[in-house]
Amino acid sequence: MSLWMWLLLSCLLAYAWKLLGYLVPASVLRDPRMSRIAGTMTIGLLASLTIVNTVASGQTLALDARLGALAAAGIALLLRAPFLVVVLAGAGAAAGLRLLGWG
Amino acid sequence: MRLLQSPAVRVGLSISIATGLYGVSFGALSVTSGLDFWQTMALSLLLFSGGSQFAFIGVVAGGGSGVAAMGAATLLGMRNGIYGMQINALLRPRGWLRFAAAHVTIDESTATSTGQTDPLEQKRGFWTAGLGIFVLWNLFTAVGALAGASLGDPKQWGLDGAAVAAFLGLLWPRLKGREPVAIAVVCALATVLAVPFVPAGVPILVAAVVAAAIGWFSHGRSDEGLEPDMDPYADHPHPHGRPSGDAA
Repeated sequence: MSLWMWLLLSCLLAYAWKLLGYLVPASVLRDPRMSRIAGTMTIGLLASLTIVNTVASGQTLALDARLGALAAAGIALLLRAPFLVVVLAGAGAAAGLRLLGWG
Repeated sequence: MRLLQSPAVRVGLSISIATGLYGVSFGALSVTSGLDFWQTMALSLLLFSGGSQFAFIGVVAGGGSGVAAMGAATLLGMRNGIYGMQINALLRPRGWLRFAAAHVTIDESTATSTGQTDPLEQKRGFWTAGLGIFVLWNLFTAVGALAGASLGDPKQWGLDGAAVAAFLGLLWPRLKGREPVAIAVVCALATVLAVPFVPAGVPILVAAVVAAAIGWFSHGRSDEGLEPDMDPYADHPHPHGRPSGDAA
């Protein structure tokens, strides 16, 4: 039940951000610093989520098959593969490495 | 169909299909992260912002608390406020339309709209991409959630690797130039350093604070990091350079 609560609160807050842009006078949000922080935070959060999902296992760091997934996804992106192919490459690499007995 | 002659409608439809399809990966990853079918659908229907949805389930999958998941999802949603301001300045929706427009204000609908110069095309692009992605994203989330539930052991299928790839795929289009790469590296390092010392999920919030500090104290492009996950104009010559940032 508690996860539901945080989930619904997240939905409410996400909508609040979106609506804020429509309701607040443009002059308030036009401060370039706000837009810049929104941008750097987007980069920082996505980088953090990438690495956390690659090497974190609870509170410990682990090097396992997920590293292979990161590498495979990077190669797919370099080859300009569409998003879904990138995701499949990541899954395939992790599953394949496990099949070979690593991580 | 005369509407299909509109370049913005065509771009909006193709980005709807491309973005909608990857709802499959969200749905599958969400149910294997421990959310049930309806929690997964609630995220796609009500939160409706790909990056934030992946962030929420990514924190939960890593053993993080609900409040940490909410924190990561909410901070990642800040950019939608900037998009809302841009679309409000361009389309000036009135009355209840404003509340509907807000819900479908995401990376792709904003980029489709701001990539057009004609006001009517801007409007068509925004609504085609916004509503098209909303319908397809939710449809394919359901498909992915049902498929994911029948997969058995998610690790055997490499679904944890799929999550890694999904986040890298979301980050990738925003790494244009040396500065965003530097921001990404610094935040990744801060995350790794924090992992052993704070509860799961919190390292992501540490990285958000670092990123916000960089944004506050450094001077750079004010639209950095605001590139869409999928560029609607990747395959088309662009009318005036990069889509976002020049609208407001």
